[in-house]
Amino acid sequence: MTMVHAGCSLLGAAADEERSWSREDYEGPVARWCSGCGDHAVLSAVQRLLEAEQLPPEQTVFVSGIGCSSRFPHYLTTYGFHGLHGRALPVATGVKLRRPDLHVFAVMGDGDCCSIGAGHWIHTVRYNPGIVAIMLDNGVYGLTKNQTSPTSPKGQKSNTQPRGAWLDAMNPIATTLGVANVSFVAQTGDWVPDHITETLRAAFHHRGFAFVRILQRCPQYTDQLFADAVRDPAKVELLVHADGIRAPQVERLFPNHVTHDPADLTAAFRLAQPDGQVRLGLFYRNEAVPVYEEVRRALPRSAEEKVRLLNEELDIYAV
Amino acid sequence: MTAAPIPGTLAPAAPARAPKRVIRASQHTVEVVSDPGEGAQKCGQIFGRVSAMMGNGTWTVEIIPAEIQPPPRTPPSASGNRVRLGTGPVTNWGDEAQLVVAFNEQVLLHRHRLDALADGCIILIESRWAEHDDEQIRAAWAAAMTEMEGRGYRFIAVPMEEQCLTIVDTPRRGKNMFALGMLARIYGRERDIIRQIIAHEFRRKSKEIYESNVALLDLGWQWADEHLDLEIDVPVQPAAEPMVVMNGNQALALGAIAAGLELCSMYPITPATSASHHLGEIFEKFGGIIHQAEDEIAAIGVAVGASYAGKVAFTVTSGPGLALKTEFIGLAVMTETPLVIVDVQRGGPSTGLPTKVEQSDLLAVLYGEPGDAPKVVVAPATMEECFHVMTTARRLAEAFRTPVVVLSDANLATGVQPFARPRITPDWLAPALDLGAVPEGFRPYDWDPQTGLSRRSVPGQPGGMFTATGLSHDERSKVGYSPDVHERGCVMRSRKLAVLQQTLTPPAVRGDDNGDLLVVGWGSTLGAIEEAVDRVRSEGLAVSSLHLRFLSPLEPGLREIFRRFRRVMTVEINYSDDPRDPFITDENRRRGQLAWLLRAQTLVDVDCWTRVPGEPLRPGQIAGAIRDAVRKGA
Repeated sequence: MTMVHAGCSLLGAAADEERSWSREDYEGPVARWCSGCGDHAVLSAVQRLLEAEQLPPEQTVFVSGIGCSSRFPHYLTTYGFHGLHGRALPVATGVKLRRPDLHVFAVMGDGDCCSIGAGHWIHTVRYNPGIVAIMLDNGVYGLTKNQTSPTSPKGQKSNTQPRGAWLDAMNPIATTLGVANVSFVAQTGDWVPDHITETLRAAFHHRGFAFVRILQRCPQYTDQLFADAVRDPAKVELLVHADGIRAPQVERLFPNHVTHDPADLTAAFRLAQPDGQVRLGLFYRNEAVPVYEEVRRALPRSAEEKVRLLNEELDIYAV
Repeated sequence: MTAAPIPGTLAPAAPARAPKRVIRASQHTVEVVSDPGEGAQKCGQIFGRVSAMMGNGTWTVEIIPAEIQPPPRTPPSASGNRVRLGTGPVTNWGDEAQLVVAFNEQVLLHRHRLDALADGCIILIESRWAEHDDEQIRAAWAAAMTEMEGRGYRFIAVPMEEQCLTIVDTPRRGKNMFALGMLARIYGRERDIIRQIIAHEFRRKSKEIYESNVALLDLGWQWADEHLDLEIDVPVQPAAEPMVVMNGNQALALGAIAAGLELCSMYPITPATSASHHLGEIFEKFGGIIHQAEDEIAAIGVAVGASYAGKVAFTVTSGPGLALKTEFIGLAVMTETPLVIVDVQRGGPSTGLPTKVEQSDLLAVLYGEPGDAPKVVVAPATMEECFHVMTTARRLAEAFRTPVVVLSDANLATGVQPFARPRITPDWLAPALDLGAVPEGFRPYDWDPQTGLSRRSVPGQPGGMFTATGLSHDERSKVGYSPDVHERGCVMRSRKLAVLQQTLTPPAVRGDDNGDLLVVGWGSTLGAIEEAVDRVRSEGLAVSSLHLRFLSPLEPGLREIFRRFRRVMTVEINYSDDPRDPFITDENRRRGQLAWLLRAQTLVDVDCWTRVPGEPLRPGQIAGAIRDAVRKGA
């Protein structure tokens, strides 16, 4: 870990010139997820990203909800806020709105994002704050021991729906694409670490709200999810484009490429339809969408200025 | 104009310029009521404001229908204002109105049915309905007049619409200024001041609109001068110091800015929203941000995130919103995230009475969260306190690293009262964020074992990194489920309240410090309780009162104070069982919320007198309850 600087500037910029971080500098205590859980792969990819981008740990905040995946911040050495089930996004929005200088990540599970926190998900897409939102989607409530989630495939057996999920699964990609002000939607899978890293890198560099869905398997309850795609790379369609997620090593791994311009929302919708294909890559990106904390930026005022303005205001009420 | 069938009509048409009959009073209560959209509220507001500017004490209360446009000419559509004037400060809305301007007989009937009008009340009423072409309207008028017989009301028929039509095409938008002109003549209000207020109120409108409003004002004044043998003289007594006049929500909004709060995250809810309206107008020029969230939960979630990452943020809500925020309040307690939550209470449970006052969120605020969630709860009692409480709340939140709930209510939110102009100094405002490195060996919950206090780090501070969590945790914010970790956390969070309590002084008793009865109140009932206590003291009863501002922790010394009185009784606007009702026993009686709390905390047999009328308590009602209580205890 690097030394601590007294009198660090607001952005820490001057001091950061002299500092550097290795991957170990971002590693917290050993993660207590089951062995074989996709969360480990995502944690590693995030640590690789932090190292690659050399993000000062004190300038970086991971906000999470509740569930297995929401233990995420505990296993990092950045600032973290492990809050309430479904409510990671409002907290993350508050952090970013107040402190645009910070790098803000929100980590959620499928229950967090698509069920109890679905309202926040929709509206945060619309606010478009500069947050990287990572949805670790394993199609089940794992921490509470196997209940059906909104992304559980129809027919998947669980403790709450033992004869199989009654409803078709929710489509998080299509749903996100349908929200006003959507600006970044990508999908990756826990069995393709390099693709996770490149997807997160693109999300991090996006100006606005980056929604990343990570297809995962829960080794306890949904280990057969995406089994075909995991076993056979030919069962995956990789979205490729000069403006998309560039990962040559991944492109070599998967024979099926679909050229998709991430500026094309209509095509993105078509690719997001549930036709049995597993598609990984960047569905949509639009950096022209106004970013909430920039739109809502307020000019700071000194205490003296505020007192003067308040007195002007009180004059209106004076009798 | 044909003579309207009005019982007990005052003979109008005093000879012009003749000296008028003068009523002298140290207090007078006026109401202006109309259908919504006819401007009675604006008329009442301006009348209250000019009265305050001339040096009368005032208290203005809105009369608000539940819907935006209820059917016109029906009792539920009554909309307007009550203004109570006095020589010297006026601390509450009073008992019954002594003079009313009514734009139709149905809205007047509404006030009559609520017993809002005094016997012998002078009523200036639009006369056109009595002789209306529509037979149904004439019948409704006649029925209303019959219903209102027997109270000695003195009606004065005023052809408001006929008069206004000489100036404007649509009297619906002009009668209020005509009415204001009449009131100005009757109460001797200076028209120059009123013109200035009108100019400010209509500053975004055209010059023509200003001019027609002023012409209507003058017309009303002229009409009253020529036709009414009536003047009411409530002597003014200008304050020695500069004053401001505003409602409680305006005071909260300006107080929040004066406190240095810079982020308000809210979701619209009556009667809290108008605080955000005032803030929305001006907050940005102070460097502030209002975030209108997608729901009540997100509203507090954004505030928690903002507070966690920077200066204390705040959220504004009312009962139903408070219920939704409960889980986040618990999280703020657990993570020791400073936060200010304003709850402008309304009638409950559920949607309840959205526009009307109640003090029924106290126990929900204190105990609403699962688990033990100690927090600071304060209740301003006046508009002035609404202003100052925000600085207090912000400082307590920061110093004690805790959420602070400010309990206001609809009475404070919409009531208008003059108060001493705050002398704001830069030290009121929150200091700039310290993003310097934390000291060596920093722990995120480095609880002082005596006080439970600890210093937080915020993102950006090198060395201060930790993960705040709603899970049980130790000093390093490491999750721990062992008995000692959980118990220690509970002790440390609770200890802070005891420490704060030790810094408070015992509340002042109004009246003698011993006697037959001590009346205890909280929040907006202050003025009505004190007026009632003053009345019964002047009758020779040994009654005193005490008003709490801190509800968590409770102010110290209560048990000692209570023991010097034969009986202690709270007066509150929330529900309690009447002990005389069927099945109600001393054991099963559900008591007022403060009474419940005081009984638990002091082991004194605190009684209560509570009502939930959806309107502020009247001093006369309270005085009656006090007399009963003293008689019972004798």
